[in-house]
Amino acid sequence: MTKPLSEVVQNIKPSGIRKFFDIVSEMKDAISLGVGEPDFDTPWHIRDEGIFALEKGKTFYTSNSGLKELREEICNYLKRKQNVAYDPLSEVIVTVGGSEAIDIGLRALVNPGDEVIIPQPSYVSYEPCAVLAGAKPVIINLKAENEFRLTPEELQSAITDKTKVLILPYPNNPTGAIMERKELEEIAKIIIENDIYVMSDEIYAELTYKGEHVSIASLDGMKERTILINGFSKAYAMTGWRLGYACAPKEIIRQMTKIHQFAIMCAPTTSQYAAVEALKNGDDDVESMRQAYNQRRRFLLNAFKEMGLECFEPYGAFYVFPCIKEFGMTSEEFATRFLEEERVAAIPGNAFGESGEGFLRISYAYSLDNLKIAMERLKRFIEKLRG
Amino acid sequence: MREELLSVLEKNSRIDLKELAVLLGAEEIDVANEIKKLEEEGIICGYHTLINWDKTSIDKVSALIEVKVTPQRGQGFDKIAERIYNYPEVRAVYLISGGYDLLVTLEEKTLREIANFVSDKLSTLDSVLSTATHFVLKKYKDHGTVFDKKHEDEREIITP
Repeated sequence: MTKPLSEVVQNIKPSGIRKFFDIVSEMKDAISLGVGEPDFDTPWHIRDEGIFALEKGKTFYTSNSGLKELREEICNYLKRKQNVAYDPLSEVIVTVGGSEAIDIGLRALVNPGDEVIIPQPSYVSYEPCAVLAGAKPVIINLKAENEFRLTPEELQSAITDKTKVLILPYPNNPTGAIMERKELEEIAKIIIENDIYVMSDEIYAELTYKGEHVSIASLDGMKERTILINGFSKAYAMTGWRLGYACAPKEIIRQMTKIHQFAIMCAPTTSQYAAVEALKNGDDDVESMRQAYNQRRRFLLNAFKEMGLECFEPYGAFYVFPCIKEFGMTSEEFATRFLEEERVAAIPGNAFGESGEGFLRISYAYSLDNLKIAMERLKRFIEKLRG
Repeated sequence: MREELLSVLEKNSRIDLKELAVLLGAEEIDVANEIKKLEEEGIICGYHTLINWDKTSIDKVSALIEVKVTPQRGQGFDKIAERIYNYPEVRAVYLISGGYDLLVTLEEKTLREIANFVSDKLSTLDSVLSTATHFVLKKYKDHGTVFDKKHEDEREIITP
């Protein structure tokens, strides 16, 4: 064939992580700190419900927007945990992971030329999804001195008359940053004044280690302009089940459902039955996993402190984001040498946006024993660098 | 802190104080005091090791014995339970709801030793009405730990 492929797609850069992945996969003996998924197995009672659904022959498509029972449980859950009320029949759609929700949400919101504000460092798919939707990404480079929270000033200065959507990725991957109620209220004021939409990616909401997670959709005047995205991957250790959801005003969900209906049909049926069980009886599992993550988080922060490595205290997700600027290397140089010399894989911060340069994403979705070995090696490595 | 402290110690009683304090986000001295209190209150009753004896060359036979007894006036089951748990070979005694009263677990070197315990000691106690002895053929899981489970990390090495 000689006819060229899609220019828009060809111009999208492959994920920065991909490059690093190729190097890591050569090294079979490396310890990894590089994953973005829980190390826990999906709790047995949830898996059991999935198996039961298969046994009973529940192997058909569900309705496009997902099992009614699941949508009801999602609404119960959001009411109970985030204090925001959605109508299960018209304001919820069950998607293939939170990532599908990001994609179809953006496509439902933007027209060509609209601007989508993306604070970075953040998850790798916002920018390409915005581009694929025909929008122009506008990047806010978050700052370490603000602990990678989005400030009102930063938001204000990124807004133009073309701004359509703000993506709000908290608790944040890769930094572990959270936004607390007061900070969200300040942001919400600007959002309402400028009449823009918010896509709030709250996939890590359950993994918050300082008070309870606050959803921006629960603030006054915000629900009508927010797409709330969440899912089962992180909270219930269900990444492979590929199940997430979006909640938004009826009209937005209606448009999203059209794309979903034609591109996906429906989220996996087995996963949906398992997810009902997760929401009904999974609170204790979430709490015990949260506790384990929190212990590891404290362990890592203490290890950094002992080796004199600069790192702000992150209160969310399962990542820490230490600063490696003192070593005079780029993130990629540091990560590559750390991998080659100590056999530990951590992701260079710039894989999540330019403002991640000078940082390293370290995941603590690993057992403490694993983290201990990795921290011994990190200590040895940075002592060598310091000479 | 108490509940989280207990759940960490229950999984790893060998953890050192310094690390424990880090994991709990507390001061070492406070953790040490709390542990002392838990010991004094009889909440922490010991620090044992979970051993899969099947993997050693040492022979061990375990048995679960269902025991039906006559409760005694004024003392219920406590007196007879005490009579039974005082035998050093008895590992555990539980009062059970349902078809029988006490569940006694035993660990010995040979089948014969267990048989002797049941016939010579347990059955001859006045309040014991009947016993039913079940020998353990294989332990799959004990104290929440699965024996013989190789858990390999099958995740991709790097994911966003």
